[in-house]
Amino acid sequence: MIYTIMDTAYIKSLPFLIDGLKITLSITVIGLFLGMIIGSLAGLGKLSKNKFIRGFWSVYVEVVRGTPILAQALFLYYGVSEDLIGLNISSFTAGVIAIAVNAGAYIAEIVRGAVYSIDKGQHEAGRSMGLTEKQTMRYIIWPQAFKRMIPPLGNQFIISLKDTSVFSVIVVHDVVFMAKEYYNTTFEIFETLVMVCLLYLCITIPTALYLNRLERKLDV
Amino acid sequence: MITVKDLHKSFGDLEVLKGIDATVDESEVVCVIGPSGSGKSTFLRCLNLLEEITAGEVRINGDKLTDPSVNINDVRSQVGMVFQHFNLFPHKTVLDNITLGPIKVKGLSVNEAKDVGLKLLEKVGLSDKADDYPDSLSGGQKQRVAIARSLAMNPKVMLFDEPTSALDPELVGDVLEVMKDLAEEGMTMVVVTHEMGFAKEVGDRVLFMDEGIIMEEGEPTQIFDNPQNPRTQSFLSKIL
Repeated sequence: MIYTIMDTAYIKSLPFLIDGLKITLSITVIGLFLGMIIGSLAGLGKLSKNKFIRGFWSVYVEVVRGTPILAQALFLYYGVSEDLIGLNISSFTAGVIAIAVNAGAYIAEIVRGAVYSIDKGQHEAGRSMGLTEKQTMRYIIWPQAFKRMIPPLGNQFIISLKDTSVFSVIVVHDVVFMAKEYYNTTFEIFETLVMVCLLYLCITIPTALYLNRLERKLDV
Repeated sequence: MITVKDLHKSFGDLEVLKGIDATVDESEVVCVIGPSGSGKSTFLRCLNLLEEITAGEVRINGDKLTDPSVNINDVRSQVGMVFQHFNLFPHKTVLDNITLGPIKVKGLSVNEAKDVGLKLLEKVGLSDKADDYPDSLSGGQKQRVAIARSLAMNPKVMLFDEPTSALDPELVGDVLEVMKDLAEEGMTMVVVTHEMGFAKEVGDRVLFMDEGIIMEEGEPTQIFDNPQNPRTQSFLSKIL
């Protein structure tokens, strides 16, 4: 019995797909880490009193949110890196940048919303005891806002993880790309794609369940 | 200690303060009363520049607040502010709420700040709450912690913005008691309040504000027992 299960097309595709999954996860994690930095800058920039800073980041957020990630990836990899500046970055790097830029725009809104949601009195209490604007942000506003950011950031992780699947068009060797390579030689299309979906679900469902629990625990 | 000259404040087209002149001497307790919307909170918030001043000047200890060379953070560190809604930091323990300012603004070491904090908690009767979070305190306890937090900066003046208005009636007394102790120790205080009993008993002077100006001022006995301005008379007749 065990022998037959292990021998099915489903299981045999796994080693290939898992190689792809490693790339998928790496791009998601590195990209989101960078996206968190960009998103924090953008989110705080959108709350800035300086209208140029505010304008710059607003344009960034609207452009990224208003265009599909597939177009963004193609634009970054073929349009900018190859055609415009003739720089041959790897497709992996292009994928990381695409996730960072894309998630950054959504994280910007998460950051802005969370910071904005903190009661104005917190800011006033900090400033009125003589803390500078920066100190107030760092010691009072950000720690409280960050707690509120955790659930939507987890959500963004799930979204970005799935978004990486379009990077097969820029030849990133992610799960989807590996699946296509695999079934193009074995023709076990159905079995392979079932496994692709199962692999995504193996990550997204536990993450979602964990987030639900975390959300209740954080009481946000 | 505080001098205010021809202070104006507008929010857009709405002029909230229409020329306020006032002084507060050292160790004086000045209570500001008046109907809601009269501009008393705005007036108080101008005293530490939580509201930008539209015109006029405010001096604290001679420092002109709107002068660009004045470091507003230095001035604020000498002016304590207590808010109606306490504004305690919910992510910090009671003691950490109190020690944040002394550590970050005054540069005290953590241990020095803790000593200061624990002494102040004892003063407001909440020594046993040092490690609790604000959420677990009653309103009155929160406000006493907020007062201790302000005192930790060793301010020269304390501003109170309706400190008891958000409290259940039975919790008001403890907070007023702490404020009374402070007044007796010689703290300079400006108190926006609806507690006429407190204004009468503890205030050295009462300002009655309405429609963005000070309509009448004087000693509590004079304002409460023998008000001259018809607006003061009508306000007091409604609430007393």
